[in-house]
Parts: sequence; structure tokens; C-alpha cells
Amino acid sequence: MNLREQIEAKMALYPDRRSAALPALEAAQRVHGWCSPAALAEVAEVMDLTPAYLESVATFYDMLETEPVGRHSIYVCTNISCSLRGADALYEAVREAAGEDAELNVRAFECLGACDIAPMASVDGVYVGPLEAKDVPQLLDDIRAGRPVLPDKQLSRRLVADPNANSQQFPEHPIEEPAR
Amino acid sequence: MSEPLLFKDIDEPGLATRAVYERRGGYASLRRALQMESDAVLAELEASGLRGRGGAGFAMGKKVSFLPKGSIDKYLVCNADESEPGTFKDRELMQKTPHMLIEGIAIASYAAGANKSFIYIRGEYVHQADVLDAALAEAREAGYVGENVLGSDHSLSLVVHRGAGAYICGEETGLLDSLEGKRGNPRLKPPFPANQGLYQGPTLINNVETLSTVPAILGMGGAEYAKLGTETSKGTKLVSVSGHVQRPGNYEIELGIPSREIVYGLAGGPPDGREVKCWFPGGSSSPVLLADDLDLPYDFDSLAKAGSMLGSGAIIVVDDATPILDVALKVAKFYRHESCGKCTPCREGTNWTVKMLERIETGEATPMDLEIMASVQEQIIGNCLCVLGDAMAMPIGSLIAKFRDEFEQHIETARGAVAAGAVV
Repeated sequence: MNLREQIEAKMALYPDRRSAALPALEAAQRVHGWCSPAALAEVAEVMDLTPAYLESVATFYDMLETEPVGRHSIYVCTNISCSLRGADALYEAVREAAGEDAELNVRAFECLGACDIAPMASVDGVYVGPLEAKDVPQLLDDIRAGRPVLPDKQLSRRLVADPNANSQQFPEHPIEEPAR
Repeated sequence: MSEPLLFKDIDEPGLATRAVYERRGGYASLRRALQMESDAVLAELEASGLRGRGGAGFAMGKKVSFLPKGSIDKYLVCNADESEPGTFKDRELMQKTPHMLIEGIAIASYAAGANKSFIYIRGEYVHQADVLDAALAEAREAGYVGENVLGSDHSLSLVVHRGAGAYICGEETGLLDSLEGKRGNPRLKPPFPANQGLYQGPTLINNVETLSTVPAILGMGGAEYAKLGTETSKGTKLVSVSGHVQRPGNYEIELGIPSREIVYGLAGGPPDGREVKCWFPGGSSSPVLLADDLDLPYDFDSLAKAGSMLGSGAIIVVDDATPILDVALKVAKFYRHESCGKCTPCREGTNWTVKMLERIETGEATPMDLEIMASVQEQIIGNCLCVLGDAMAMPIGSLIAKFRDEFEQHIETARGAVAAGAVV
């Protein structure tokens, strides 16, 4: 399906077609890489809304990008539970390793709902953890090679009844704020 | 502990598929419910005493009964925007046993007379939304969802709607605006969603865990379910334990067991040589409790009486090696980031709180700042359309009250370092 067809299919799901705004913007972002003026214009035309309205929506949500970004998203959770287990240092390590790579969109993110594998990251929507600094090179290699990222550390493989899977060393200094 | 209800078969391979779920007894409760009058189903829900598992703890059956009768369009919205820091139980349910949620929605919608339903799932839960979509396709095919569910008069549409990253969309009216394709700003209440919710229609909004419990209630009967737990906190509860514990994870407990049993018995407590400094009993929005409070029974009323709350059932443990200022800053920064900006006390209060905490760190604060900061918290509480501001003010207020000495010491040390010419 092209973008127009995708948006129209979404609109058909709801009693009020405006409800499709988020799914439509998400689809447009997948095609355009971000919620660019061209992407907003395209959604606006199909949905019969104004680009300004859609921009007001897009700026509200963390996952809708209003600037050009790399096509691979790496969200490192730096909220409280992950921070207590070294997430701030992890975030710095990922940022440093990613360097100037324009393909990578590295972001510190609010709680991603996976504190059982803290510290963790969401890589193009795939949850991996618990991560240590030494996992970072492999993580980036996997992303760049288009392989499944750190297969052994993917959340989807974790059993509920096996919490020992997450026993691990604690960092010396639990919370380290990134340099301001 | 009684037998688990939600986690009964949780690690059964293939439980996310209809075939395995049915083999384990799945959808029998829906069949039973559809044989009953919808009022009788509602009576079972009310008899169970089930309280909402999303945070507010409101009686689920009562909430259903608030919807007006009659044949107008009514909606059921499942709140799957699980974003409260420390909470990851709904994720587990949706990923491992999506049909349990779909069955719960089908039963609850029948009791409420709702024919259109939505699961609003946070956008970050990509895998879980995919799992739900696949399960929904199977459920449709089997006639559990759609026109005339299992040949009955009850029809139900269900859409999995993905959010795009905003904590405030877990607030029920912010969620409704977001589901209508708008910015997720909370609405003025009243009118409450039961009267005027989605598309201005009567709307029942329940959390994933609440709805996932419904099949078990219909299976065993509301009265039997009500025997579990305590007088005012019935049943079992999923608890997400995280932070400084040796075995973080989701545990199903019977409400009312000692909190210590969860933090130490199940999650293993802090690593060797460290002690619990404080713990959030219900997500980062709940006022912190101290190590001595671990003897409290883990239920709605015991935690409320102790000045905190059960909230979403997310226990975050902080050990004695952690500076309390760092914890306060993390918490305050989160709410500053997530404030939608509509109400002044929340927008400005979260911002100023972060700035004042940073002043402590950089040696610019005086002990008087603690008084000002505490009063800022008091002025946020109860003065906004929703409780996001309160959700910062309550834990920050409790941290200042319970760790005042440490804050004062931090202020003095940092000021001393600045006076001595150190670069902070």
C-alpha cells in the first residue's frame, strides 16, 4: 500500500476519521523519515486537515520527529529504575560509540516499561537489556549490519518465571547525571 | 499465596495463540457470560470487589454501572498506555497472554452494553501491539469479536490504537483526546467519561490488568474472587519490582501480604552489603516509604494510611548508596518533561522544582530553598485539571520531608565547595 492507501485504511477504522491522525503521522514518518513539511502536507490532504493542525499534534508526541533524524532509533531509557542500574553511563557510552553516524538517532528516553531488564534500550522498537557498556559495540554492529540486535538480550525471550535471568552486578555509582 | 490467576500459564509456549489459550480453558468465561443477562455479569463484577489496577483503584463494577442504560453508542477503552515509571506488568500480559485481555474486553463490553472498543497502547510497545493485532485477527476469525459475538445479540468492534510517546495519555481524558487525534491534553471533569467520553459518548475506561482479570472473575464467580485479598483490596495483583533488588521482575501476589515479602522474599532485596534507603510503593508518583515501612501489608488501604499509595503496583527500591538528591532530580525532571503545559501550577511548578534542585547541586541554594520548594509542592496539589503535577509534588514533598537532613547537608557541602573555589 502506498501512503495514501495506508492512511485511508486507518481512517476507515474509526467513527471519526480524525482519530487516524497518530497512525497516519506514524506511517508518514516511516515513508519520509520524519514529520517533514512534505509529510505533513501529504497527511493533511488525505485527512482533510490542515498541516498546521497536524504539526501541533506531531510536536506533542516524543516518537514523532519534527527534525530530520537518523533512520535507526536507539532509545536509551534513563528514567529512575534504569538509572539506579547505570543507565546514564550507558547512554553516554552509546552516544560516544555512535559518534557522528547520521544513520543513528540516539535519544535518552523516559521510562520504556522494561525495568525488569534495566538498564535497557529500544532499538527500532526491539527491547534489549540488561545492557552493559561492553555490549555497545556489538549493539551498533548489529544495527549497521541489519542483523537482529543482541538476540540473547531481547526482552521477548525472557520468561516471567525466571527472574534470575536478570541477576547482575550493580554499578559502583548508581546515578550519574550526564554532563550539563 | 493462592494460585496465580493472571500468571497461571504465563510461560506456556504459544500462550499468545488462540489454540493454546483455548486449550488452557480460554474463552470459556466469555461463553458463560453470554449465556447470562448482562446485568448478571455486571453483578458478578461488582461482587468481586475488583478495584482498578491502573493507579486510581476505583471499583471496576461500580465504574461499569455508571454508564447510562439504553441503546446509544457506548464505548469501552482499554488503557494500555502503561508509562508510570517502574511499571511493566501490562506489557507482560499483552505480550504473553493477549487473548486474556481480549476475552476480558468482550465480557466487560457486554456488561456495559458497549459495542465499540479500543485498546490504546503506548507507541513504544511495538512488539506487544503486533502481538495484540495478531491475536485480535484470530479472535475475529473465531467469532469472539465482531458482529453477533458467538451467535449472541452482542456485537463488538475492537481496534488496537498505537500512541506516539506521551506519559499524559495514560490519564484517562488525555487518552481520549489523543484517541480522537488531538494533542493529549486532559479535559475538565465533570463531565466524567462514563457520561461524556470518547466522541462525546458514554465511555468505560479500564486498565489492561483490570480487564485481564475479568475472565478469571467470571470463571470462579465474583463472590469466590472476593475471598482473595483483604476486606477492601480483593484479589491478586501484579507487582513490578525494580531498582536495587537482585531479582527485578513481575510477581503476582495476593493483596495484603507484607511488603517485605515482595521486596526481599520475591525480588531478593538489595545486593549484599546494601540496605533499603527508601522505596516507591506504587510507581514514581507515589510518596516514598522507608525501610521500616516494609512491614506494611501491600494493599490499597494500608499504603494509603501510611501516607502513600498502591498506584499501579510498581515498587522501586533505592538502596543506601544512592544520594537522595539524585533520586529527586530524576523524578522531577520526568514530570517536567511530561507536563502537557495546560495548567500553570503543573507547568511552572515542575520547572521550578527542577531548577531549585539543580541549585542545590551547584551550591547556589540556601536552607530556605527547601521551605520554598516544599511550599511549591503544596501549591500544585489539587490545583490542576489532572494529577500529573500532583504526581511530582507528592514524591518530592515526601523526599524533602523524610530526608531533610540529607538535603541540608548537601546544600552546605556544595556551598562550602563553591566558597572554597571548587568548580562544581
